[in-house]
Amino acid sequence: MTEVSQEKTSMTRKWMVRLSIFAVAMFGFGYALVPIYDLMCKELGINGKTGGPVLAAKSTQVDKSRTITVQFLTTQNAKLGKHWEFYPKITSIEVHPGENKQVNFIAKNDTNAKMTVQAIPSVTPSLAAKYLKKTECFCFEQQTLTAHEKADMPLVFHVDRDIPKEYHTITLSYTLFNANKFAKDKKS
Amino acid sequence: MSDAVMDSHDHDHHHGPAHKGFKRWLFTTNHKDIGTMYLIFALVMLFVGGAFALVIRAELFMPGLQIVSPDYFNQMTTMHGLVMVFMVIMPAMTGLANWQIPLMIGAPDMALPRLNNWSFWILPIALALIGSTLFIDGPGPNFGWTFYAPLSTTYGPPSTDYMIFAIHLLGLSSIMGSINIIVTIFNLRAPGMTLMKMPIFVWTWLITAFLIIAVMPVLAGAVTMMLMDRHFGTAFFEAGGGGDPVMFQHIFWFFGHPEVYILILPAFGVISEVIPTFSSKKIFGYRFMVYATASIAILSFVVWAHHMFTTGIPLAAELFFMYTTMLIAVPTGIKVFNWVGTMWRGALRFEPPMLFAVAFVILFTIGGFSGLMLSIVPADYQYQDTYFVVAHFHYVLVPGALFGIMTAVYYWLPKWSGKMYSHKLANWHFWLTVISLNLTFFPMHFLGLAGMPRRIPDYALQFTNFNAVATVGAFMFGLSQLVFVWLIISTVRSGKPTTPEVWESSHGLEWTLPSPPPYHTFETPPHVE
Repeated sequence: MTEVSQEKTSMTRKWMVRLSIFAVAMFGFGYALVPIYDLMCKELGINGKTGGPVLAAKSTQVDKSRTITVQFLTTQNAKLGKHWEFYPKITSIEVHPGENKQVNFIAKNDTNAKMTVQAIPSVTPSLAAKYLKKTECFCFEQQTLTAHEKADMPLVFHVDRDIPKEYHTITLSYTLFNANKFAKDKKS
Repeated sequence: MSDAVMDSHDHDHHHGPAHKGFKRWLFTTNHKDIGTMYLIFALVMLFVGGAFALVIRAELFMPGLQIVSPDYFNQMTTMHGLVMVFMVIMPAMTGLANWQIPLMIGAPDMALPRLNNWSFWILPIALALIGSTLFIDGPGPNFGWTFYAPLSTTYGPPSTDYMIFAIHLLGLSSIMGSINIIVTIFNLRAPGMTLMKMPIFVWTWLITAFLIIAVMPVLAGAVTMMLMDRHFGTAFFEAGGGGDPVMFQHIFWFFGHPEVYILILPAFGVISEVIPTFSSKKIFGYRFMVYATASIAILSFVVWAHHMFTTGIPLAAELFFMYTTMLIAVPTGIKVFNWVGTMWRGALRFEPPMLFAVAFVILFTIGGFSGLMLSIVPADYQYQDTYFVVAHFHYVLVPGALFGIMTAVYYWLPKWSGKMYSHKLANWHFWLTVISLNLTFFPMHFLGLAGMPRRIPDYALQFTNFNAVATVGAFMFGLSQLVFVWLIISTVRSGKPTTPEVWESSHGLEWTLPSPPPYHTFETPPHVE
């Protein structure tokens, strides 16, 4: 082997190693996109998702000059099956910004088995999601219902006083998913 | 060392392949053999993917369901897309790179010949995996080539797992091929061949190879997440477990948009070689061509969400992705301008490669314009998921990427085989192809604007006429490609011997070699002034 070809061989190896590392790093980057996505959605509030529990609004800070209509919608995911009921007790409510409200949702497991479900919220318009603050919500954790059990599930929320003037109506939609395979309580 | 003595046959090692028959192809590490295998594989798969397309078009000839069930129709659209993207265009481009890059930069072979062999032979294995899904019980993958979650996770048939592993293998093959190409270009250029003296085809492939290494692993990650969601209890894309199906689209298109430039950039390179030769001029604006290619590649990473305008992303994001998408028209426009500038006042000769190259420039630009229309957010709400989108991407992929490959075959086949094809047959192939492809894809613009949805086996009565025209065009297009196959076979068997230069005013290292080039070339590197 001449000097030149030895040099070429080592350069070849060097570049092969570099590019392979690059490829493996990009595979890792694909996975890194998952937390990046979650973080961006959370920080920028662009996914229409509501945040986790906050303190109740102080009763002295209610903005009586404005009224916001909050509508409630429910959807059952197809994989939940037909034998479930899930609906809000009232479909809409008028609130002043800063005013605490409680509404209830009804879920009924009409199957013959114990099941775990998870409700996932979504807000329209999505940019209003960050102004909808929840003190208590059945969606914060999984709900496990035994066969034919009916549950009254509370939601305590208020609309933030900083909500921009252009929002008059907010729609809060919940989709109920079968979460059996993600159940935290393995016995269910 | 610097003396370019090509015909120094004083070595005592033998000059042909080491094995005979099938073993020659199975064990070969020769870039010409591997290039040939890639190209033949792609040609065969063109007919397989084309047959899937014809099933789709036959079903859409008339409204109502005649030939296949909706589920089978969905399998056809999925398999047609996957085969054409991963087993026709990408292998064909890699085949061209294998044949041409060592010849164009004065290298004796690819830098990693054994890796090269393995890159190719993974392809048939991937094909066996994904192809078998059509023959086993239960449906094959039936959710479109974009395999969006949850269609491919919660609702995907069992055969989805075959597709996942096939994608892993195809990714592995193209990543290994790309590593090989980059290492070859960086380390094996002939003395004097500086980066800015490299032919544009080599430049475009260098940039494409970097794109492949950057995004194919991300796709591999996405399908691995699918696999984990399907079988290992994770919830990357399942809302019920805290995941998000929209995130799948973000990850997929982070791969998917650079992917479309992976498919087209090498074709840009081919056209940039052919137009100067048949205009008897040097390429106009060489540096601009290189910078434009690099700009397109970089911009391709910040446009992905234009595939997702209607998924509910915020207005600010829609505007950002709309503007970045429109920005890509600038470097692309520079390229089209420079091709036309090269032809301007050139002594044009409309031989078959030039016919395909000119058709490429015109028809690809039509596809580019419909792309610009789609990039406009409010208009996209109207166009998305209609046949307008189908018309758009077929105009950039068929008279774009596929014509790039055909141009290359017409340009370099006489070099590879040492024989000239019949120009008469080539002209027949050209005109039949150009007429039939416009007959197939142009009416799809009107169908889309009138509101015909894509991916549906049935349609409303008012769409009947244009669909019938498109179907007739598609069958014509398919049959016309048999002319291409016949032309290749008859040339290799009994074409007229040709000269080393092949074309008048051809320039570049490959034309200094005899036609066909010997099995081993540039064992002593040539010196480039």
